[in-house]
Amino acid sequence: MVRITFIQPDGSRREIEAEPGDSVMQAALAHNVEGITAECNGSAACATCHAYFQEDRLGGLDAMAEHENDMLDFAACERRSGSRLSCQVKVTDALDGMTVTLPEMQ
Amino acid sequence: MANDPIIIIGAGQCGQKATETLRQQGYEGGLVLIGDEPHAPYQRPPLSKAFLKGEMSLERLMLKGPDYFDQFNIDARLSRWVESIDPAGRRVLLHGGESVAYSKLLLATGTRSRKIPVLPGLDLEGVHYMRTIADVQAIMQALKPETRIAIIGGGYIGLEVASALRSFKHDVTVIEGMERVLQRVVCPQLSDYFHRLHSSRGVAIHVNAVLEAIEGAGRVERIRLRDGQEIDTDMVLMAVGAEPVCELAEQAGLTIENGVSTDETCRTSDPNIYAAGDCSSFFSKRYQRHIRLESVQNAIDQGKHAAGAMLGSAEVYDPVPWFWSDQYEIKLQIAGLSQGYDRTEVEGDETEDAFAVRYFAGDRLLCVDAVNMPRAHMMARRELANLD
Repeated sequence: MVRITFIQPDGSRREIEAEPGDSVMQAALAHNVEGITAECNGSAACATCHAYFQEDRLGGLDAMAEHENDMLDFAACERRSGSRLSCQVKVTDALDGMTVTLPEMQ
Repeated sequence: MANDPIIIIGAGQCGQKATETLRQQGYEGGLVLIGDEPHAPYQRPPLSKAFLKGEMSLERLMLKGPDYFDQFNIDARLSRWVESIDPAGRRVLLHGGESVAYSKLLLATGTRSRKIPVLPGLDLEGVHYMRTIADVQAIMQALKPETRIAIIGGGYIGLEVASALRSFKHDVTVIEGMERVLQRVVCPQLSDYFHRLHSSRGVAIHVNAVLEAIEGAGRVERIRLRDGQEIDTDMVLMAVGAEPVCELAEQAGLTIENGVSTDETCRTSDPNIYAAGDCSSFFSKRYQRHIRLESVQNAIDQGKHAAGAMLGSAEVYDPVPWFWSDQYEIKLQIAGLSQGYDRTEVEGDETEDAFAVRYFAGDRLLCVDAVNMPRAHMMARRELANLD
C-alpha cells in the first residue's frame, strides 16, 4: 500500500492507503476523498481531476503526455508547477508519503 | 410531509451526484436512492471501452467507495424498482408492496437500449445489448477468441465496441442503416474519417444496410440484410440507440416530450417532482427548445442542479453540452450540439489525425468536434459558454 495525503483547499488533511496500479484519481474516489470530480472517468478528456502534486517529488511521477499538458491549461483553477491530472498519475511506491493538494474548483 | 425523505429513482451517475450534492449543500433529512440494478452507482462509459476489454475491474467502475452510503446516511435500495408514483399523495409504491412517502422526488431513470420491435431472431441466444454491467458480463462470457460479431448500429457505442473488440482480433462487422456512420451527430467529413479509421483496422462496415432478420437454430448463425445479403456471425450486438425511461412519469400524469419534460430548473409538470440526466427533456435557453442529452456531463451537472433545485434554488440549468468518444488511440471530444448547422470549418490536419470541425448556423458557432485536439475542445467550451 502507498500512503498519499490529500489536502483540501481549507487545509484539512486526509491520508489514504492507495493500491499500486490504480491512478491517483481512482484511489481518491475509492476512499471518498472530496474535491475530485473526474467526469470523464480517467480518459483525460475533462480536466476535472486536477490536483497539485508535491513539487519536490514530481520526478517520481509518470511522465506527462502532450494531451494532458494541453488539458491542464484549461483547468478551472490556476495551473502551477505541481499541476497534474490525477487520472494520469499511477500509484507507485515512488508516491509513498506524498502530499496532493486539491484545487478550489474542478 | 416536509419531513418525508427526498426520494431519488435511478441509481446511476445522475442519481448518485444528486445524493452527494444534497449532503454537500447541508441537507440532513432522509434520502432514499432506488436502483433496479444490483450495483451501487457506477460509471457507464467504460462499459463499451476499458471494462469490455478487461482492463478495468468491476470495483473500479464504482463511482464511490464501498462505505459511501453509510458515510452520507443514504438509504440505498438496490435491486429494487418502483411500480408507480402517486403525485397527489406524494408516495412511491415499490415492487413488493412497500409504499414510501416523499417530500421531493427526483426521476433519474436514465435510458434503456432501444429495441427494434419486430425483428425475426431477436430472441436467439447470442443477441446482446450494451447498457449495463450485466449486459457486458454476458458479452464477455460468450466471447471466445474466434467469435465473430455483427454490431447493429454505427453510432458511438457501436463504433467503440468495434474498436475494443478489434484489439482482440475479433471478426467485426458494423451494420448501419443510414448512409454513413455517426450520421445523426457528425458532419460527412467526420463520418468518412471514422469509417476509414475502422476499415483500416479491419472492421467491415456496411452502410445503407437494413437488418431484416437474425437467423440460426436456437442461436445466432447469420444475419440477413434487406438487400438479401447474408453475413455469418456468432454474436449480434444491438446498438441502435437508447430511449428514455419514462413509464413511471407517464403513468403519474407528468408531461412527456421525448423524455420527462422539465423547465429550466429541472422541475417537471408536478411541483414536487424533478427529473435529471438522460431521461429528462429540459428547456434550454441556449438552444431555445427542449433538449435531451445522453451524456456524463449532463448526468453530473443536471444531477447537481436538480439537487439544488429541490432545496429551493431557482438557478437556471443551461449547460454547454460536451461528450467524448475513445476509438483505438483516437480521442474525439465534442462541445455543443451540431443539429441545425449549415456550414463547417476545419482547423488542423486530418492526415495527421489532429483536427477540429467547427459547425455554424450562419455566423453562430453551434458545436466543435475535436479529434486529438484537446486545446480546440476546451477553447470551444469557453467560446460556447460565452455566446449569449
